[in-house]
Amino acid sequence: MINLLETLPAIPAVHPEWMQLSPLLVLLVGGTLGIVLEAVVARPYRYLLQTALAVLAVVASLALTIANWVAGTRQIIAEGLVALDGPAYVFWVLLLIAALGGIALFAERGFDGRSAFASAASTVPGSPLEREADRLRREHTEIFPLLVFAVFGMMLFASANNLLVVFVSVEILSLPLYLLTGMARRRRLLSQEAALKYFLLGSLASAIMLYGIALLYGYAGSLQLGGIDAAISAGTASRWLLVAGLLLVSVGLLFKIGAVPFHAWTPDVYMGAPTPVTAFMAVATKTAAVAALLRVFFVALGGAQWDWQLLFSVVAVATMVLGATVALAQNDIKRLLAYSSIAHAGFILVGVVGAVAGGANVSVSSVSSIAFYLLTYGLASFGAFAIVTMVRRAGGEANHLDAWRGLGKRNPLLAALMTLFMLSFAGIPPTAGFIGKLTVFSAAWVGGYGWLVLVALLTSAVAAYLYLKVIVVMWFRDADEDTVGTVEHPSPWTWVVLVVTALATLVLGLVPGSVLTLLADAAQFIR
Amino acid sequence: MSLPLLTILALLPLVGSVLLFFIKGPVARLIGYGFALTTTILGVLVFILSRTQSLTENVSWIRTIGAHYALGLDGISATLVLMTVIIVPVVLLAEWKAGEKETDRWGSNIFFSLALMLQSFALFVFMADDLLLFYIAFEATLIPTYFLIGGFGGAKRRQAAVKFLIYSLVGGLVMLVAVAGLYAVSASQGSPSFLLADLKALNLDTTLGRWLFAGFFFAFAVKAPMAGLHTWLPDAAEQSTPGTSTLLVGILDKIGTFGMIKVCLWLFPEASQWATPVILIWAIVSVIYGALLAIQAKDLLRLVSYTSISHFGFMVFGIFALTTQSLSGSIFYMLNHGLSTAAMFLVVGFMIHRRGSADIDAFGGVQKVAPVLAGVLLLSGLSALALPGMGSFVSEFLVMAGSWQRYPVHTAVITLGTVLAAVYVLRLYLRTMTGPVTEQVETHVRSDLSVREKAVVAPLLILLIAFGFYPAPLLSVANDAARDTMVTVGVTDPAPQVQEGNR
Repeated sequence: MINLLETLPAIPAVHPEWMQLSPLLVLLVGGTLGIVLEAVVARPYRYLLQTALAVLAVVASLALTIANWVAGTRQIIAEGLVALDGPAYVFWVLLLIAALGGIALFAERGFDGRSAFASAASTVPGSPLEREADRLRREHTEIFPLLVFAVFGMMLFASANNLLVVFVSVEILSLPLYLLTGMARRRRLLSQEAALKYFLLGSLASAIMLYGIALLYGYAGSLQLGGIDAAISAGTASRWLLVAGLLLVSVGLLFKIGAVPFHAWTPDVYMGAPTPVTAFMAVATKTAAVAALLRVFFVALGGAQWDWQLLFSVVAVATMVLGATVALAQNDIKRLLAYSSIAHAGFILVGVVGAVAGGANVSVSSVSSIAFYLLTYGLASFGAFAIVTMVRRAGGEANHLDAWRGLGKRNPLLAALMTLFMLSFAGIPPTAGFIGKLTVFSAAWVGGYGWLVLVALLTSAVAAYLYLKVIVVMWFRDADEDTVGTVEHPSPWTWVVLVVTALATLVLGLVPGSVLTLLADAAQFIR
Repeated sequence: MSLPLLTILALLPLVGSVLLFFIKGPVARLIGYGFALTTTILGVLVFILSRTQSLTENVSWIRTIGAHYALGLDGISATLVLMTVIIVPVVLLAEWKAGEKETDRWGSNIFFSLALMLQSFALFVFMADDLLLFYIAFEATLIPTYFLIGGFGGAKRRQAAVKFLIYSLVGGLVMLVAVAGLYAVSASQGSPSFLLADLKALNLDTTLGRWLFAGFFFAFAVKAPMAGLHTWLPDAAEQSTPGTSTLLVGILDKIGTFGMIKVCLWLFPEASQWATPVILIWAIVSVIYGALLAIQAKDLLRLVSYTSISHFGFMVFGIFALTTQSLSGSIFYMLNHGLSTAAMFLVVGFMIHRRGSADIDAFGGVQKVAPVLAGVLLLSGLSALALPGMGSFVSEFLVMAGSWQRYPVHTAVITLGTVLAAVYVLRLYLRTMTGPVTEQVETHVRSDLSVREKAVVAPLLILLIAFGFYPAPLLSVANDAARDTMVTVGVTDPAPQVQEGNR
């Protein structure tokens, strides 16, 4: 009798690099454990357990990442699917810090004991079931595992060394975010509409990217980033296939960044989503997508630089100009911040276009300057959104700018903090945002794109006017009885976020040296 | 390690500023004033010390991009530091009652705090030896100034504050492009550095150098408002309090002329000489245009701000005429203009405070009611028109004498500015102070200058007259700085056209 097993080819044993992969695995286990907890733990204990588990998982992942980084491991792991290099470490750490900020805002329940999330997301808005859930003070604690899963996807996205992994990780990070977007406690229909829009447009963008990946596979015969690079160097296959694949892949990545013309979802989703989710998305999604964009274009498509530098410079100009000018017309603080985030995506793309590779003699490379920019942007975003959750009226957030009138009189400390974040967004010294702008624009200039820097700075002036608008409203307008928002004091969760972001914004503005050095060490991709 | 005197000098007002945010009531003013006076004493001390020893500080600050925390005090810096530490306490004393008006946004403690913060940042600008530090301090001055204009003053001050900020920001951002560009050059030629000394040694491409020069010059031309880019100044001066205007024109706008020497001339000697013909004409236009605007001005504060535009024209002219005399004249002019504008703004402020209106037509015959006020206005006016015996005369004369060697025709035209200056000052005096006492003035202007107000103006006028009769010590400082600049630019004075006779 023939042993069927012997006819099969031997399956080679997989040797995963456990230690190197551990930051990812910890999150995966943490998220799964969170789901299990939902099933076995009684409702009253879930909140405490879930927050503790989420914090634990993220902190453990952070510790392991740093341990690997310090050990100096730089290698391609997981059968060539994941690249663990300088940029990966940098962006992982950024993402994990953003995750901690996200958890802190998610866990906030200081406003009359309720979170920013719906009591029961599956109930019909306005139905008796919803009221019943609210009366019983139900809360969704699944939000924490969802966040952990999203962070897992983002980290994978930032270090994917294979186009299929890029695609899969986009989906892993997106699905939890679609869900979280639809779970706002207030204005639920708006929130659900935003979630649907985000889902539909996001799926479309993913599909287009998948098509681009297929074309690139057709071009190179490989999904590995290094393989595509080798195919471009060889230059034997059809150039049109390459350009078409490049364009379609960039659509998916630019969508996640929120660059024009793929920005249409940003304002609606930022406005509809619960503010903690908005903050988390604005920072973490952007960071992950920029990281992936850098990796795909610098590593795989570096040989086609001349094609995509032109593409991205056009996109960058359109994004900056549209983001900054449309933001001027906004009266809703979350919508305003959404357009501002579009403008910032444009500024980041300016740095991408410069494409200054890291090296021994290069002090400001594109990757390290963009990482620093994302850090400063993330700090200011978290701080600003945390304040957005605190200005309230009639039991919910008061997002209209009229509610912010005279905030400087009612609560000078909070207004001063918001002013600090706005100045950082605008890039005015001595805040961190200035150093971020300086390094990114220097990188672009070093890369030979002086004209783009000029455009970027002129749009910065327009954007500065926008942040000034918020400052003017807070300090120089008198409050109106009918619209005034009161400042409610949150629990320590939000305060911690506020204090940390404000301090870091100031410190990084004055003595950014050590952080910049740290990032400069980690500017080189491996192939 | 020796005491970091320069850092202490620059941080002292900032410490006071932070303290004042948390202290309310009358005691805040005393504390703020105390900080300002201590800064003055320290500043004068540092000024004197800097003549005999070099006070420099240099610590690596952001290693990756080659930025240094470097402070230094050469002749130009020392002169402007001296001016800053003199003006701030005077302004604080003049604005003792800031924040008491119904329309003021905050109390006097905030005014004092913002003024001290502005002083600290300005000191950093004047002492910076590193381009990035210079830029950061340069932009940081906008924050306190914006709140000073927006928080205290007239009804339309908010718009004025926004206008000020947008103008300055656009200028600042254009300068940032140039900073990034200069840095890119520095990075491409070995290890990057933001130290002015290192940037001076860079080997700049001619075309690129000219573009970068234009970027810097634009920012400084907005700051030291030159005709065409000046429209923010009259609005800001009209709407803010006289004290804020003094800080704005007296200290902040000097950053423009300071930067023209320290950055434009020092780092881009080739481009500076290339641009000189245009800039000289632009400066002349500023002088004449500012003076004409001042002659037809209806508002007292606007009038003073227009005179400043004219005076800044003189300074820029002296800087770019590029002779030792004209340069040292310009540097000395910065100091004198600071004092003389402060006197003008503050005296005019006292007039407005009494009359309740800034309209020139609202005054008439004030000298009969308030003779001391009239006398003080006349003295500060005479300083503005550069009467011999005043410090401003010495500097204006030096600018013209120095420029004459190289640009006789230009200088002849710019002399017209001094004639026009006499017209606007005397017109101002005639229409407000002389003639019959109007009914309105009689009901409103009931008191002459109080002791506090006299204490505000006295030091300014005494210094102006002292510098007029005995300019030598300060002039020697300005002279040294001018000579250094000439060496840096690589230009020598034109040979005298008339041979000295044999004795």
